[in-house]
Amino acid sequence: MKYIDEFQDPELARRLLDEISSTVTRPWALMEVCGGQTHTIIRHGIDQLLPEQVELIHGPGCPVCVTPLEVIDKALAIASRPDVIFCSFGDMLRVPGTGRDLFRVRSEGGDVRVVYSPLDALKIARQNPDREVVFFGIGFETTAPPNAMTVHQARRLGIRNFSLLVSHVRVPPAIEAIMRSPDCRVQAFLAAGHVCSVMGVGEYPALAERFGVPIVVTGFEPLDILEGVRRTVAQLERGEHRVDNAYPRAVRPEGNPAALAMLEDVFEVTDRAWRGIGVIPASGWRLSARYRDYDAEHRFCVTGIDTCEPAQCRSGEVLQGLLKPHQCEAFGTTCTPRTPLGATMVSSEGACAAYYLYRRLDIDKSAALEASPVG
Amino acid sequence: MYGAGTTSASAVPPLDPTAWTCPAPLRDHPRIVMGHGGGGALSAELVQHIFAPAFGGEALAQLGDFASVSLGGARLAFSTDSFVVRPLFFPGGSIGDLAVNGTVNDLAMSGARAAYLSCGFILEEGVELSVVARVAEAFGAAARNAGVEVATGDTKVVEAGHGDGIFINTAGIGLIPAGVDLRPQRVVPGDVVIVSGAIGVHGVAIMSVREGLEFGVEIESDCAALGGLVAAMLAVTPDLHVLRDPTRGGLAASLNEIAAASGTGVVIQERHVPVPPPVANACAILGLDPMYVANEGKLVAFVPREHADAVLDAMRAHPLGRDAAVIGEAVEAHPGMVVARTGLGGTRVVDLPVGEQLPRIC
Repeated sequence: MKYIDEFQDPELARRLLDEISSTVTRPWALMEVCGGQTHTIIRHGIDQLLPEQVELIHGPGCPVCVTPLEVIDKALAIASRPDVIFCSFGDMLRVPGTGRDLFRVRSEGGDVRVVYSPLDALKIARQNPDREVVFFGIGFETTAPPNAMTVHQARRLGIRNFSLLVSHVRVPPAIEAIMRSPDCRVQAFLAAGHVCSVMGVGEYPALAERFGVPIVVTGFEPLDILEGVRRTVAQLERGEHRVDNAYPRAVRPEGNPAALAMLEDVFEVTDRAWRGIGVIPASGWRLSARYRDYDAEHRFCVTGIDTCEPAQCRSGEVLQGLLKPHQCEAFGTTCTPRTPLGATMVSSEGACAAYYLYRRLDIDKSAALEASPVG
Repeated sequence: MYGAGTTSASAVPPLDPTAWTCPAPLRDHPRIVMGHGGGGALSAELVQHIFAPAFGGEALAQLGDFASVSLGGARLAFSTDSFVVRPLFFPGGSIGDLAVNGTVNDLAMSGARAAYLSCGFILEEGVELSVVARVAEAFGAAARNAGVEVATGDTKVVEAGHGDGIFINTAGIGLIPAGVDLRPQRVVPGDVVIVSGAIGVHGVAIMSVREGLEFGVEIESDCAALGGLVAAMLAVTPDLHVLRDPTRGGLAASLNEIAAASGTGVVIQERHVPVPPPVANACAILGLDPMYVANEGKLVAFVPREHADAVLDAMRAHPLGRDAAVIGEAVEAHPGMVVARTGLGGTRVVDLPVGEQLPRIC
């Protein structure tokens, strides 16, 4: 796999930064939708390097952060059952539900396993025919197709002891909800490249037109982010609001037809609650009626779990870009990755965790940047 | 085109951000979770709040990978470590190699050459004798290679299901050479930070076999005994300030421990930290940071500036230090904090890991 070095080249980055600086004439607020992009921005210090007029607002695109508390509680209830092997991607294990997380369930005897693919969970189901195997299917349009394919495979192979706990969410309705918020400051979007590699860009022109915002499909390496910012700022300065693909090596306008067909077969669009935000209409997927018997919520009768979240942290405002993580009074004091108040501090893609882990606090930057023996 | 569910603007009610809420915190774990063994903040809390108060003792208060103790006029380095790795055999080594080299290297960080080792084998009922024999062979070979004698041992068997095949505990002692005093408290601003080679190799090698992940090329563990490399460095000058063997928690954890104990800040230049492409690629795929990935045959040294070039040359002349690199320095600013200058010229704080690093969802 090449491209890591090429897309982190300091010289090319400097050129892009110079071009952005020479283009910008007034303050602009851009939202990067995806948590993976937030992570790159903070990890590489991109936000410090951009001209002051370009503000990056961190959007709600962290699948771990936006998975609702009641879904986490359903996962905890299912994972606690002695007849269940509960499989999940790693970063969901630390997300707090009501009083517990999946690590806690594991320490109490629950069989909770980290997998790297939903197909691994299906393999575990085949190897353990006397146990129920549940995969925690969360995430955006990127993780939905493989999860759909796994359920499709389970049915094709007649594997009955497998089910999916689904909490999938979709980006375009979230963009719409953000733009319709009365406090919205967002003037342009860096759209999540991986989402578009699946879905294509067909849903975005209507949003760009309706709300008058440029939407630039952007990748995840530092130079991808800078190129996305460069194109976005150029549009804003020219008063344009088009959909532009700055990630053509991965994104075709029509997306991935095979993945789209799989989604069409297995899922159906539904209203979905986003953690810290509330219900956004038509913003999620659930298993369609044809696959309902693979729905873990129904299989384990946890549909009735309904959790009210106490108002303790302001991650909802962070997720919508109304508040920077360090502007929250709990940030870094009562709320840290060790003691997270909310999911934005748990997931490494969460804006709060990214700020905390790579925080710059009151570092004397000149001291940090002064010549060292390695320059 | 799959685009069902796009709604008309009028169907979307305005959001009320002031009504958005978040969950109650998880303050404490009443039981041990995996993060308590991750070498990060949870591990440190476990030791500080449970073990250290219960045991007391001056030697334990050092809380390092080794204790420096005096006995009959001799200055001894004393260390113990337990090994619970899965799988038992991995590219580049086995639990037998790790059990020897882990303790030998902890002693080496004091400047001592390990003299004697103890070994405690905890075997699970049902493990094949041939597997135990292979591990024992590897253990013996590693000990001979490190020049350490296995002087005492013990074996226990636990019922099937109560172990993971083989667990091993080793303890070791060695003499600290006269004039050598390796402690983080000796670090001063201006010290040069040197790492002995590529980081993250062992952790990625283990992950690749444990999780069945393929990264295009087989990555072999860097598991090795570092006593010879340390001796070569001390031959240049006994005045090295501190050495660390960045195992659990990786380079980030070691640098943070040194920064915290010395009260100095640390600045590293990210682009000078040697990360081999297979490790960088594997970490990119999994959403991990190589700075936090375990190593088993590497050390990080804080060296007085006037000796840095000579020490670096001596390291590069040794097979285990061929790729040694200067990666940064100790500074007066931001005491106790490790700051990285990123490849693009920004800065970020490199914090102590909380628990285990978790692969990211996307």
